[in-house]
Amino acid sequence: MYKLEKRPNPSNLWAYLTPFLALIATMIAGGIMFWMLGKPPVDAIRTIFWDPLFNEQFAAYSRPQLLVKAAPLILIAIGLSIGFKAGVWNIGAEGQYVIGALCGAAVALAVYPLEAWWIFPAMVTAGAVGGFMWGMIPAILKIKLGTNEILVSLMLVYVALELLSSMSVGVLRNPDGNGFPGSRNLQQYASAHNAEIWQGSSVHWGVVAAFSAVVLAYVLMSKHRLGFQIKLAGAAPKAARFAGVNPHVITAVCLGISGALAGMAGMFEVAGPAGQVSIDFASGYGFTAIIVAFLGRLNPWGILAAGLLMSLTYIGGELAQFIIGLPASAISAFQGMLLFFLLAGELLVNYRIRRAAPRTVKEAA
Amino acid sequence: MTPPLLTLTGLTKSYPGVVANEDVSLTIARGEVHALLGENGAGKSTLVKMIYGLVTPDAGQMVLNGKAFSPDKPSTARTAGIAMVFQHFSLFGALSVAENIALGMENPPKMRALAQQISKVSDQFGLPLDPSRIVGDLSAGERQRVEIIRCLLQDPKLLIMDEPTSVLTPQEVDILFETLRKLRDAGTSILYISHKLEEIRALCDTATVLRRGKNVGTCVPRDTSARDMAELMVGTRLHDPERRDRPKGATVLDVTNLSAASHSAFGTSLKNVSLSVCKGEILGIGGVAGNGQDELLAALSGEIRTKRGMISLDGRDVGHLPPTSRRALGTLSAPEERLGHAAAPDMSLMENAFLSAATRKALTSLGFANWGKTRGYADEIIARFDVRTPNNQVAARALSGGNLQKFVVGREILQDPDVLVVNQPTWGVDASAAAAIRQALLDMADAGKAVVVISQDLDELLEITDRFCALNEGRLSASVPTTELSVEKIGLMLGGAHDLETANV
Repeated sequence: MYKLEKRPNPSNLWAYLTPFLALIATMIAGGIMFWMLGKPPVDAIRTIFWDPLFNEQFAAYSRPQLLVKAAPLILIAIGLSIGFKAGVWNIGAEGQYVIGALCGAAVALAVYPLEAWWIFPAMVTAGAVGGFMWGMIPAILKIKLGTNEILVSLMLVYVALELLSSMSVGVLRNPDGNGFPGSRNLQQYASAHNAEIWQGSSVHWGVVAAFSAVVLAYVLMSKHRLGFQIKLAGAAPKAARFAGVNPHVITAVCLGISGALAGMAGMFEVAGPAGQVSIDFASGYGFTAIIVAFLGRLNPWGILAAGLLMSLTYIGGELAQFIIGLPASAISAFQGMLLFFLLAGELLVNYRIRRAAPRTVKEAA
Repeated sequence: MTPPLLTLTGLTKSYPGVVANEDVSLTIARGEVHALLGENGAGKSTLVKMIYGLVTPDAGQMVLNGKAFSPDKPSTARTAGIAMVFQHFSLFGALSVAENIALGMENPPKMRALAQQISKVSDQFGLPLDPSRIVGDLSAGERQRVEIIRCLLQDPKLLIMDEPTSVLTPQEVDILFETLRKLRDAGTSILYISHKLEEIRALCDTATVLRRGKNVGTCVPRDTSARDMAELMVGTRLHDPERRDRPKGATVLDVTNLSAASHSAFGTSLKNVSLSVCKGEILGIGGVAGNGQDELLAALSGEIRTKRGMISLDGRDVGHLPPTSRRALGTLSAPEERLGHAAAPDMSLMENAFLSAATRKALTSLGFANWGKTRGYADEIIARFDVRTPNNQVAARALSGGNLQKFVVGREILQDPDVLVVNQPTWGVDASAAAAIRQALLDMADAGKAVVVISQDLDELLEITDRFCALNEGRLSASVPTTELSVEKIGLMLGGAHDLETANV
């Protein structure tokens, strides 16, 4: 008989160890799944985790891709993690990401073909404001009417996706595009293009923003009074009120920050790697970022590592589809396993498994 | 001599890092009221949980009625004739008394038959209770009767009661004791857990004292002084708080016709509360839990904001100000609920020191926390108030109730407030820690500060306060000098008979 016992203090050792254990357990369980699909498990795991970084044939292409994919994940996850710490559950980052992209692109398309230095900064601002406003909808509804922000923010994702479709065939459609859906390609518009900062590095402004967000979030959460109040509101709402924290302010701040960061991520994506507003622009970064936030244990540095890891499984997953023909859904299941094992391992931080003591007391006859 | 009802031999239970019970042996005779005494964390709860089948002992034997007994779950214990009334009731407010009792039964009879049984048992043992009433409308004392009747319907051989009087008025305590004596005379044994020594002396036949998980002695409470029992419990000599005459200064806190709604749907709104406290004075506010104590503290701390003109501090209108501004102006408070309200359970003591002291102790600069200084302040609290903890990085929930209470009260006192409001400052705190906290409150008054003590412990209020008033259904009585009061008069005030002159007739 084994049983769980609550630890008097959360274990630091396990807090650091669980992500690694989860990774190993995922490799084992994923390997079994690949084997059952009739694919060589060791090759598959190596293709996902090793080849994108070190295979001579692919690494040159996939290594820079790592940052391109990780940047939006990290940027969004940092915002989400701040809210999650406060117990404000923004599940709708995908919607805020889309709205940010639409707003950012709209600024560029409105002034096209003007070339000016201020266009890109204006797009960044518009993206952030768009995401912020979209995030404020669930915040205001929660504050004024007590609605659940999980439901409202999630439903707003679908509203945002409809807006995206309508925009890419309507107002933002490329007038020179022969009627095809989708906007002008911003990669061909120098003032609006979120281009590589150094040739061949694939580091664009979104990557810079993601790294800055990590540092700023770390400073906010561990050094600043507002960060303390956010953590307190999540950990003990009544104690937070006692301390003088206004829960409405915290709700608005958290949804605002996460919305703005998701909006910025969308804007960097549409002006860079994606290039244009199109019907299939939304690629699920906003949802995957939830996994990244938890995989990183809601800690900024953890999120940095988790974002890179998640990005690796994306790129490696694509490689595995391409080389060994793994189905895409198997890759999704593999990523799901990672979250599953991580959450299971989380238990060990606050609980310990103990063998129930052998019973010395005899049962009554 | 008849064989004992229950014999425990060498019961041991350890949790990681602590031995909750070590080699505890005790014997409960048939038809006796047996007291289980001990400080917080002495292992009383673990011991009764083992008897009730909630916890399995690591070693030792239990013998019930001459047979080996090892319950693996509460229902086994109940079948064997053991019933327990917990400190916190598990009742549904929206259901009637009879429905609540039926919910706890394995095979509930028809509602009408059950109602008859309830009436019969309540008559037999002098526990007035109408089976059709909705529990939400009952007082704490009546709710406890529901729990007791629920137990009595199982016709128990042993009734375990965990701190039953903590929520009762003195009159309700008398009724309860009458019932317990009737039960004892009918042959039921009672295991009575408490730290209120006078009650144990009035009620119990035998007392077993636990200290740090060990049985440190058995005594006959009637023949032992409360002081001797307390010292057995604590293991050291106790010092009574010293009380000195002190001059009363100008009025600091003035509350006029304060009315405010509660944050919680089940809370009590404050109705026309007026009070004033002077420098160098301790005002005591008595009352049974749930009569507006939490709300009064919240209104004074700023968690509930009131209309203008209701609360003034040094002549300045403060009712509309949030907690942080009130702190800056000198009003500090320590709420009753330590874990979750006064302190965040999962945060370290350092972070909890920051929680309420950030403003007054200037622990921030430009909004950035100065953790070094915060650590220093946490260490100061730990040292000055003798908080037993390895260091300031320990989570608040890892501390025992008494230690955390010392930390919470110390955190406010060391910020040097002009007005301090505390709710239940020594609730569930062991005797020596309680004495230290009371002394600290008296010292504050000696230093010319105003103190408001909200408490359900009447002895505490009689011991340290200068004036007393009672809170009843959100209304506050006029204040009376404490020296003119007796426990009986207080009881009448708590029951709502605010006009003492009439009540005295």
